[in-house]
Amino acid sequence: MRKVLTAAAVAAVAMIAGAAIAAEPMKIGMMVTLSGPPAVLGKHIRDGFQLYLDQKGGKLGGRDVELIVVDDELKPDVALTKVKGLLERDKVDMVTGIVFSNILQAVFRPVTESETFLIGANAGTSTFAGRGCNPYFFSTSWQNDQIHEVMGKYAQEKGFKKVFLMAPNYQAGRDSVSGFKRYYKGEIADEVYTKLGNLDFSAELAKIAASGSDALFTFMPGGMGVNLVKQFRQSGLDKKVTFLSAFTVDETTVPATKDAALGLFSASQWTPDTDNAANKAFVPAFEAKYGYIPSLYASQGYDAAQLIDSAVGKTGGNTSDKAALRKAFEAADFTSVRGDFRYNTNHFPIQDFYLVKAVKRGDGKYHTAIVEKVFDDYGDVYAAQCKM
Amino acid sequence: MTATLLAVQVLNGLQLGVLLFLVAAGLTLVFGVMDFINLAHGVQYMLGAYLAVTFHQLTGSFFLAVPLALAAALVLGLLLEFLVFRHLYDRDHLDQVLATFGVILFLNEGVQIVWGSAPLSYPIPALLEGVIPVMDGFGYPIYRVALILVGLATAVGLWLVVTRTRVGMLVRAGATNARMVSALGVDIRRLFMIVFGFGAMLAGFAGIMAGPILSVEPNMGDGVLILAFVVIVIGGIGSIRGAFVAALLVGLVDTLGRSFMTDIFRTVLDPSAANQVGPALASMLIYVLMAAVLFFRPSGLFPAVGR
Repeated sequence: MRKVLTAAAVAAVAMIAGAAIAAEPMKIGMMVTLSGPPAVLGKHIRDGFQLYLDQKGGKLGGRDVELIVVDDELKPDVALTKVKGLLERDKVDMVTGIVFSNILQAVFRPVTESETFLIGANAGTSTFAGRGCNPYFFSTSWQNDQIHEVMGKYAQEKGFKKVFLMAPNYQAGRDSVSGFKRYYKGEIADEVYTKLGNLDFSAELAKIAASGSDALFTFMPGGMGVNLVKQFRQSGLDKKVTFLSAFTVDETTVPATKDAALGLFSASQWTPDTDNAANKAFVPAFEAKYGYIPSLYASQGYDAAQLIDSAVGKTGGNTSDKAALRKAFEAADFTSVRGDFRYNTNHFPIQDFYLVKAVKRGDGKYHTAIVEKVFDDYGDVYAAQCKM
Repeated sequence: MTATLLAVQVLNGLQLGVLLFLVAAGLTLVFGVMDFINLAHGVQYMLGAYLAVTFHQLTGSFFLAVPLALAAALVLGLLLEFLVFRHLYDRDHLDQVLATFGVILFLNEGVQIVWGSAPLSYPIPALLEGVIPVMDGFGYPIYRVALILVGLATAVGLWLVVTRTRVGMLVRAGATNARMVSALGVDIRRLFMIVFGFGAMLAGFAGIMAGPILSVEPNMGDGVLILAFVVIVIGGIGSIRGAFVAALLVGLVDTLGRSFMTDIFRTVLDPSAANQVGPALASMLIYVLMAAVLFFRPSGLFPAVGR
């Protein structure tokens, strides 16, 4: 009798504890860059995530969500301190966001070593796609090289004779050039590395003109891209040289470059006009709520929220059984706004990539639109090195 | 072809130099006359550009937006002087650096709240659109030529004001010995205010002129501020003439270094090594120049007399 009573008591306590877990909100730490010029990228990711959360009445996977947004200030040391705060003080169930590769490198180990899931919504450093892949990391964006590879493949297929390469002088810039060269085998007129944060490209544009190239491939994120696009157009070089770019012409920059960007090429896994039902619901809802056209970054934030929703829903709201939750993440059982989406062995998506260009919409607003598909169901080259 | 390329790059260098001069002129006056380190001078440049964005949206005309933004930049400069800077003239340099750095943080955050964090822009006026053809399919934008001419005209105007007018005389006297000027019965506070407002307006003017070719974004003034300090240190603190020469020098050295450094290294190194060394050295070049100038002339090329 005594044994039965004890068992009943234990069961009761367990049930109460279980109920308490279910009632307690799930804590999600979102780390994005919200300071300085790149703040617009962080804002897009946050707004995309928030939109889905609001559409679900503040719940993901049936659990109330407490979203804690922190700004990494694009400083790895600040990011490290703040992510430790999320893990140790706030005891978050998962971390999401992360705009820049150097921030991902700073927070990757502390998050994954504490066995907390990290749902990357942008940066896709090659290390973490290859040898350094991790069971606690999932990406809803791409591996960095892939976007550049799209441009390289397109340039090769299109038969450009002589391409001029230009990128900022830091690791991501050099990675972009090597990503482009993986598929482009034609002549390279020159490789120019500009100072990170360079504002005036007049000197470089003159060199491009003098080199006799028929195309320019460039990676100039944020304000650098705005400057380059405007100055490229102002110099009249657009009539002779085809502009191929990555992370340079997108919804974060076309509102500033306006007509100057029209017709310039970029690469992406998603555009606002991607033709599927999920996206047709996403884009108008986003615009209605925030008053601007979402970018690929916003779509990745939205998909990160969808991924968490689907996975936590599968485990019945349980976030402490890590193995079950991992399986649920790997299933990626949600309808991505980009269309095809499944996970590769290294937890990066296998998806389609498109050549896109800037267009002007009927109401005078600017966005990117798909020109043609370049890669179908494409995984990254580092996945083979991932032992998980 | 190489001669054309060189000529284009020299023009580019001049254009950068002229822009730097507009920012540095105010900075060197404030530093030289008032002995006041104003780190917030870069945000005046940023504010000029943002004000031009707003006035361009309101009026739809570049030529209306410029005078309106200039006036607003002057008012904002005077307001900052009244609210913050005038309380710091008697403090030491560290206090000034701290306080004006605070102003930078405040205003950078402020423009993000008012205008948002996405880059903005306004177009080149139709009158100045188009290019002067230089090479096949490439031209030098007329707007940039206009920018050089306007900058040079401003420099001449400033030189006339400083050397030929009563205010200019007081400014020069103030740069030499502010206390003596005050003892001779000049209202030094009012002189300071005029110099400060004028300096802020010049920096704002640089921002306004740069808007159509550069993106208008938060923190855009920070990089310019550093270059402007390099310019005034090379030119000699308090000297308009020094600021002018040094600005053109910095503009030319930076632009030519960026364009030709890698090519020069390629003649002695293999291409991949040259690609590593060239850009790194090119971005250091103006600081090397500054170090060299300071080594031979510790108070700059044209030090204000009496300092």
